[in-house]
Amino acid sequence: MKRSTLAAAALPAAVVLTLGLSSCAANEPGGSDAGSTDTASSAATELTGTLNGAGASSQQAAQQAWIAGATDASPDLQVNYDPQGSGAGRTQFLSGAVQFAGSDAYLKDDELTQAQTRCEGGNAIDIPAYVSPIAIAYNLEGVDDLKLSPETIAQIFDGKITTWNDPAIAADNAGVSLPATAINPVHRADESGTTANFTDYLSKASNGAWTYEPGQEWPAPGGEAAQGTSGVVAAIGATAGSIGYADESQAQDLGHVQVKVGDGFVGPTAEAAAKALDEATPASGRPAGDIALDINRTPSASDAYPVILVSYLIGCTSYADAADAANVKGYFTYVTSEAGQEAAASAAGSAPLSESLRTQITTSLESIQTS
Amino acid sequence: MSTTTPTRPPAATNAVRQRPGDRIFKGVATASGLAILVILAGVAAFLLYQAYPALVAPAADIAGGEGFWKYTAELVFGTALSAALALVIGAPLGVGIALFITHYAPRKLAAPLGYVIDLLAAIPSIVYGLWGVFVFAPALVPIYAWLADNLGWLPLFAGPVSSGRTMLTAGLVLAVMILPVITALSREVFRQTPTLQQEAALALGATRWEMVKYAVIPYGKSGVVAASMLGLGRALGETMAVAAVLSVAGGVTFNLISTQNPGTIAANIALQFPESTGLGVNLLVATGLVLFVITFLVNFAARAIVARTSKG
Repeated sequence: MKRSTLAAAALPAAVVLTLGLSSCAANEPGGSDAGSTDTASSAATELTGTLNGAGASSQQAAQQAWIAGATDASPDLQVNYDPQGSGAGRTQFLSGAVQFAGSDAYLKDDELTQAQTRCEGGNAIDIPAYVSPIAIAYNLEGVDDLKLSPETIAQIFDGKITTWNDPAIAADNAGVSLPATAINPVHRADESGTTANFTDYLSKASNGAWTYEPGQEWPAPGGEAAQGTSGVVAAIGATAGSIGYADESQAQDLGHVQVKVGDGFVGPTAEAAAKALDEATPASGRPAGDIALDINRTPSASDAYPVILVSYLIGCTSYADAADAANVKGYFTYVTSEAGQEAAASAAGSAPLSESLRTQITTSLESIQTS
Repeated sequence: MSTTTPTRPPAATNAVRQRPGDRIFKGVATASGLAILVILAGVAAFLLYQAYPALVAPAADIAGGEGFWKYTAELVFGTALSAALALVIGAPLGVGIALFITHYAPRKLAAPLGYVIDLLAAIPSIVYGLWGVFVFAPALVPIYAWLADNLGWLPLFAGPVSSGRTMLTAGLVLAVMILPVITALSREVFRQTPTLQQEAALALGATRWEMVKYAVIPYGKSGVVAASMLGLGRALGETMAVAAVLSVAGGVTFNLISTQNPGTIAANIALQFPESTGLGVNLLVATGLVLFVITFLVNFAARAIVARTSKG
């Protein structure tokens, strides 16, 4: 009796294990060819031990590609990334539980102060690693091309414009027959860096039409709330007349709004996001080596798409353990290298970092050392 | 069974030699019994310790800026409303299914039907959530539109209807989720109704319905109440399905078919925890403490009801 029960329990367990292992293995090929280029292997050689990170779920797909690429170049290195959220990642990093964090927002001033203890007298530095366009996605049958100004977008999400044939929408879409369907604005139910960047865009670009404070939590009343990027995408797809915002790579089956920039309209592409990143300015009052960026939401380049999310890797300039310092430095170098950025682009549709930014990052990473 | 019977039965029971098996089993059973108390005390202590900063924090520091009780009150309302909807829909349905299986269904149908209902309990709640979002909610939109058009004068159906991710959908999904608990327990209770009483009722000329009404239901009443309370407990604490299905906007409203709904405690914790730090985490744990207390109260109420009905 007992033996057969044991066998019956062991069989499904074995199946689960095999499935788990094979899905891990499935991640490898995508990263391995990206990791085989010279930059990666030279930067990531001789890395051994375990490197733990935690943070933004927006980086999850990219982190998987990076981990595959980095461990391909140095097989003795084990990298773990726990996508539990930016806030949780920063907390864990500051408490010393993980060696690096991924975060959709750069460290706040009080966190920078806290970090000096964690970093053995050094500083914590924010390194931009993952740049992604946020699509303003809509579900409106018969309308393949939709152009909106930031003011109109703000009023739609604030519940001031309620039907698709509103004159404000029609004004930017000459020749498009807009139905009288009610607009169902969809936003995130959970706190999110996507919401923070989208509301930041609305408050800076809408000339006062958006009156709420930008932040991780959706501030405006009304609209439908959905859990996570996938929840928002599903909610938009389920209801005709919906509009929402989500990472571009996750919302490809939906229509994408072209937003007004200057006098033209730009859609969410990796190239246009990279153009907007070029116009980002360094945040003020940051420690040496920190590359926190304030994104220009009203770029002067007519082909820049300003609704972008910049996600950072956060590490220390000094670690007590020499292996930690080498691993963080090596991993960050690979992630921000051309090969690393390509791996992220193919895995998560992110926009590449510019050469000038990479030069800055390389200088910053040089400062990582053993205390 | 094989133990030797003592010669002087009542007085000598203490003198019976204890075998190792007895002592070990007694120890294991006692340890298990104590473990559950220790675990419960541990959870309560953790909740109190972690919740304390949020309970004493100034109102302005709490999310929403209006203090802990205002923040929690809305969530308690949402939790109670969704669970009540689930119970109102799920309990009669569950009892009906149990009666059908025990007293109406042909034997060939009853057993498979029982298995199918039990299978519902094995479905992970996130699957219910996904089903709710992708299939059930969109399918309900035309019904909600009809309700809003024809019964819109009722505050319950004021609308406006834009998508199906409403409080009523959440209540319906929860009702399906608590069905197996209510059905399985009610079925067992109804099955235990003494055959003699049932046959006596029939012999007195009662129809099948009258027999169920006078013999089966009174006999199973306390069991049905207990089953419903277990179901209510599940509905109160359900997390992932509600987090996925319900569109939350905060506030207190009885409007069941709009996308502006109060959240529930468990779903709110699941949604907000990943990006919370410091006091935000304490606040979420404090709402968890409130849910813990509510669940306790529900259980005590259930026991009180069961005790009263089984006396009468």
